[in-house]
Amino acid sequence: MKTNLDVRYVADLARIDLTADEAHRYGAQLDAVLDYVGQLAELDVAGLEPTAHAMPLVNVLREDRAGDSLPRAGVLANAPAVADDQFIQVPPVIEEETP
Amino acid sequence: MTELWKLSLAEAAAALETGRCSARDLCAGLLGRVRAADARVQAFLRLDDATVLAAADASDARRRAGRALSRFDGVPLAIKDNLSVAGQPCGCASKILEGYTAPYDATAVARLREDGFIPFGRMNMDEFAMGSTTENSGVRPTLNPWDTSRVPGGSSGGSAAAVAAGMAPAALGSDTGGSIRQPAGFCGVVGLKPTYGLVSRYGLVAFASSLDQIGPLTRTVEDAAILLDGMCGHDPMDSTSLPGRHGGYAAALAEADVRGLRIGLPREYFEVAGLAPEVRQAVENMAAALEQQGARRVEVSLPRSKYAIATYYIIATAEASANLARFDGIRYGARAPDAANLLETYRQTRARGFGDEVKRRIILGTYVLSSGYYDAYYLRAQKARTLIRQDFEAAYRDCDVILAPVAPTPAPRRGELSDPLQMYLADIYTISVNLAGICGISVPCAVTGGGLPVGLQLIGPALGETRLLQTARAVEQAAALGTRFPNL
Repeated sequence: MKTNLDVRYVADLARIDLTADEAHRYGAQLDAVLDYVGQLAELDVAGLEPTAHAMPLVNVLREDRAGDSLPRAGVLANAPAVADDQFIQVPPVIEEETP
Repeated sequence: MTELWKLSLAEAAAALETGRCSARDLCAGLLGRVRAADARVQAFLRLDDATVLAAADASDARRRAGRALSRFDGVPLAIKDNLSVAGQPCGCASKILEGYTAPYDATAVARLREDGFIPFGRMNMDEFAMGSTTENSGVRPTLNPWDTSRVPGGSSGGSAAAVAAGMAPAALGSDTGGSIRQPAGFCGVVGLKPTYGLVSRYGLVAFASSLDQIGPLTRTVEDAAILLDGMCGHDPMDSTSLPGRHGGYAAALAEADVRGLRIGLPREYFEVAGLAPEVRQAVENMAAALEQQGARRVEVSLPRSKYAIATYYIIATAEASANLARFDGIRYGARAPDAANLLETYRQTRARGFGDEVKRRIILGTYVLSSGYYDAYYLRAQKARTLIRQDFEAAYRDCDVILAPVAPTPAPRRGELSDPLQMYLADIYTISVNLAGICGISVPCAVTGGGLPVGLQLIGPALGETRLLQTARAVEQAAALGTRFPNL
């Protein structure tokens, strides 16, 4: 499987800004890695079930019971910006309309 | 009298129990050793003397009042920087988590604290556990205490180096593809990766959720068994944690006897190009030593071993790309200050906060999950994982424990594994164990002519920890290396 990973496009999907130098270096390094992992193409995997977890536990349920949650002060203390001691403040999500 | 920092976990517990020393004496001795030795090793990211000594005084008070929490009340335990300890930073050696304080204890940490263990510092690691040398730490590299021109291995390099150098009697690490066993091998200590699901992952910052396990790094097999006893068992906070009763590992060591044990040597493991002659010889010697004690040697085959690294680097990066999406500068960590809107906040925060290896793996993982490539990479890797698991199941029909190298060579020089693919290829012996979800342990078995430790890896079937640890004890006795410390 010959690949040519478009590093900038994928980094965009992953929400990471790359410098020109990073895009160049990662591109070459990841091409080598993809070339290597391409050897999986030679495996016959027809009819095999995929393994998502090695120890398959299914339908893990718990009782629907109220319990303690994390302390609000401790959690909010980690946020970069907080409003009114109860909200995590975020940058604008919806841009203001220009009239 | 032996210097207190030289005591193993079990010896420290005995010293506390008999009143030979107090928890304060023990902790003060270790703090002194860290001050003397860590400038050269750089294993600790953070160690707060006052917090440690306050916990030691509380432990001493409990013991004086006859209310010790367990035999181990007052024994210090170093903690890898990706495991939550309430009120302490948990930064995964990454800039993106600068300023983060864990609001709760990881279950593994909580259980050991309930036994009186004292969290002793934050140990350096490859950023988000992505790496095999601890050179990918976002803070600074850790150096191998036996030869500071060499790497300690990784990603739990700080934990392994500290235990080897006598800066902690024991440490916790995490192992996603060898991150406990490989640094243990390079630093000459014991490192155990338990069966997937035996130890709760709650409070471990997730790298690859289907592969991650918490485990101990210690100077003796007994100490590893003690810590596993303390940590293991079902936890409702981790839905992948296994039900049922587990434990009794330390007690079972008294019955360590390898007579009749079938030890399997995988043919493919000894055909790996780059397997150093001295590592091969050390493994051969241990196989012979176990045979002399009555074990039976059998050749086994793991024919799909050669696909393990490719499989791993697809699955692990795919899971990582999803897990690390949460580091976006909104709820915790350092937020890029000048971004104009939400999208720019994400992009700039992540660009500034993550190091090269983390960015590379997120990009690779995003790629193998992206539309048009999912089937060719991710789904195919999950099916290859099925084959790798089946290989082990077949091998365990013919043997009880597998004997293998931990890594193809002793500790490499710094910078030697700076090419990502070359670094990945060195994980050949450890990675399949995580893919198969089974257990593995690294035990020191030899020292090279140059004074570097060589580890032996034992690999057991799922929930085979009792026999794994018993065999490890036999290896420890046969190797008869004793406890040695590097000159620092």
